[in-house]
Amino acid sequence: MEPGLYHLLFISAALFFIGVYGFFTRRNLITMLMSVELVLNSVNLNFIAFNKYLWPNKLDGLFFSIFVIAIAAAEAAVAIAIIINLYRSHHSIDVENAEEMKF
Amino acid sequence: MLAALTLVSGALAVTTRQIFRAAIFLLFSLIGIAGLYFWMQYEFIAAVQIVVYVGGITVLIIFSIFLTQQAGELLPKEKIGRQVFSALAAFCGFALTMLQLYQHSFKQTTDQPIAPSVSNIGNQMLGVEDNGFALPFEVVSILLLAAMIGCIVIALRSKPATA
Repeated sequence: MEPGLYHLLFISAALFFIGVYGFFTRRNLITMLMSVELVLNSVNLNFIAFNKYLWPNKLDGLFFSIFVIAIAAAEAAVAIAIIINLYRSHHSIDVENAEEMKF
Repeated sequence: MLAALTLVSGALAVTTRQIFRAAIFLLFSLIGIAGLYFWMQYEFIAAVQIVVYVGGITVLIIFSIFLTQQAGELLPKEKIGRQVFSALAAFCGFALTMLQLYQHSFKQTTDQPIAPSVSNIGNQMLGVEDNGFALPFEVVSILLLAAMIGCIVIALRSKPATA
């Protein structure tokens, strides 16, 4: 059977909920960030699959995924800067130990 | 095959207890997604995926693991109740999504497809007429600049306290 749109949507939905599961269970900030990256990648895969199979006469989905990739890169950089700063002040990157928000 | 690589390494990335292995499995998962883009013949987005995610974000994550974590230390085991309820929530969401998906039929356009080549992408990305993406491009540029400055400010903030 030739793989089509539904198979790609299945993959991206499975990847999205793997990321959601990781986000719920993990208590370490870096692994939570990795789960968020999985979720963003599944969204990108969805955009590209819809662009390829439903609207091949346009490139809109491709542009959306490019912008999502750019924003995800900025988000990861800011998140890692915050995590390293938190580690400097608390010597731990678990979410339970990061309760107070003052600096 | 690519799908299996992506999904299995994605699942291992969120369940393994060694944080460095989690980063490596995340790397394989992202490579699998880039392979899926290649398979769909979107070569440009596959190249962007490899450069930005595999080459950039994963290396950043691995560096931050080295900076904040003792090597070889296992993560503490999660509570079993939390694991069960998260798996239940994720599985219920997945089942709901798939149910909706298989009851829905998509209508495909019949227009002439255009190739996702680099010149088409570039022309439309910087076009200012209809269907041009010049304004979002500028907004994303400003966002990246702001993120870069923000990172520097956050990283510098605790320097005077320590020095």
